[in-house]
Amino acid sequence: MGSYRWNWPILLADPYYGWIVSGFGNTCLIAVLAWSIAFPLGSAIGIARTTELRPLRLVGTIYVEVFRNIPLLAQMFLWYFVVPELLPQDWGHWVKRDMPYPQFLTSVLCLGLYTASRVAEQVRSGLEAIPRGQHHAGLAMGLTPAQVYRYVRLPVAYRIIIPSLTSDFLGVFKNSSLALTIGVLELTSQARQIEEYTFAAFEAFATATLLYCAVTGIVILAMRQVERRTRIPGTIAIGAQ
Amino acid sequence: MIELKNVSKWYGEFRVLDDCSMRIAKGEVVVICGPSGSGKSTLIKCMNGLEPFTRGEVTIDGISVGAPDTQLPRLRARIGMVFQNFELFPHMSAAANINLAQLKVLGRDRATAQAKTDELLARMGLADHATKFPAQLSGGQQQRVAIARALAMDPIAMLFDEPTSALDPEMITEVLDVMVGLADEGMTMAVVTHEMGFARKVAHRVVFMDEGAIIEDASTAAFFGTPRSERAQQFLSKILQH
Repeated sequence: MGSYRWNWPILLADPYYGWIVSGFGNTCLIAVLAWSIAFPLGSAIGIARTTELRPLRLVGTIYVEVFRNIPLLAQMFLWYFVVPELLPQDWGHWVKRDMPYPQFLTSVLCLGLYTASRVAEQVRSGLEAIPRGQHHAGLAMGLTPAQVYRYVRLPVAYRIIIPSLTSDFLGVFKNSSLALTIGVLELTSQARQIEEYTFAAFEAFATATLLYCAVTGIVILAMRQVERRTRIPGTIAIGAQ
Repeated sequence: MIELKNVSKWYGEFRVLDDCSMRIAKGEVVVICGPSGSGKSTLIKCMNGLEPFTRGEVTIDGISVGAPDTQLPRLRARIGMVFQNFELFPHMSAAANINLAQLKVLGRDRATAQAKTDELLARMGLADHATKFPAQLSGGQQQRVAIARALAMDPIAMLFDEPTSALDPEMITEVLDVMVGLADEGMTMAVVTHEMGFARKVAHRVVFMDEGAIIEDASTAAFFGTPRSERAQQFLSKILQH
């Protein structure tokens, strides 16, 4: 370590600075877009698993088991290399030749669908933590089952699972580094590229690490605020301590 | 008003309700009692279709609860229900709890709903607690909010499922007082309870259940005077011992 020649200024030089910025931007964009698939889809699947309708429950269970049990890296390769071959010929051609940003979009889809299976499990456990009597009380006053979800069960369930949803969002943010395996130039991939061009491995990866930490730190602080703001008066929320 | 005809319910091999028939006329107060596990709560939940039943028929105001084409939400909106554990929605203030179904089920506008809510809270002696959340209220206060929430729908009948069983002794009275007031106003009521004092005071009839079956259905005076079945006699002697 003593003989390592630190070269921090290289990171501010052209083109490396731009690489870090664009890599960081891609990482954030992948995470946010994947989350915007995962959150609504995962919520719908989590809800499906708690309904009285057996076919819906079955679909939800199959989804969760499939996406949760295949390694994420394998899913990334499956979506990128295998699925286009299985599509009808026209679609496959379009995906392989004409779809814009193929690696980027594939990684967003893959991460979104995988994370949805995790969100679904959180939503399901949140809903199941609510006593059955609450459901009965809602029905007894004339609410439809859908209204009971909307006004009674989900608002409480989401509050219960804020901490674990935060973990899942951080998960999708960090898992976005796997997009480098199909060629997306996100933060980790750009750090590696800088290392290859400049041999400034420590500087490049330290910077990437700091950026990852900064975002996760900000997200955790923000979610604590959310938890505090949505805390039910008279009860205790972890973020309010 | 509420009529049960030969209602039976099985959980697999286990029979929870055994051929239960009873009627509650308009303006009548009927107390349902019996040992725990006798099917009282299940029976009262069959009345608004919260518990599906295997056989028999339940009708409310002539509408069949079990028929597949019955709009259960619309029917339930006309029947108030109060639960053992209050079941207020914890993320809503007392007033919001009472407003919810007025807004979302009856389609009242906010001002009308709020006026109704204020009136009911005042009547329950809870005018100062409108903005409090359930966790900030005592059990007795929560149960009175729950009663107000049911009354806000202008129900044609009220179902009470052990409304005082989860309460500390000193809070039981404040809830029973409200229920006595309702009975005096002529509200049609079905009440599952162990409060025999309440039954004696306001009930027109007492229904005694054991092992899922209705063993006795008698006028209040007759029930407390000379209950005919041995099980009811045993039950009463135990419950009235102290």
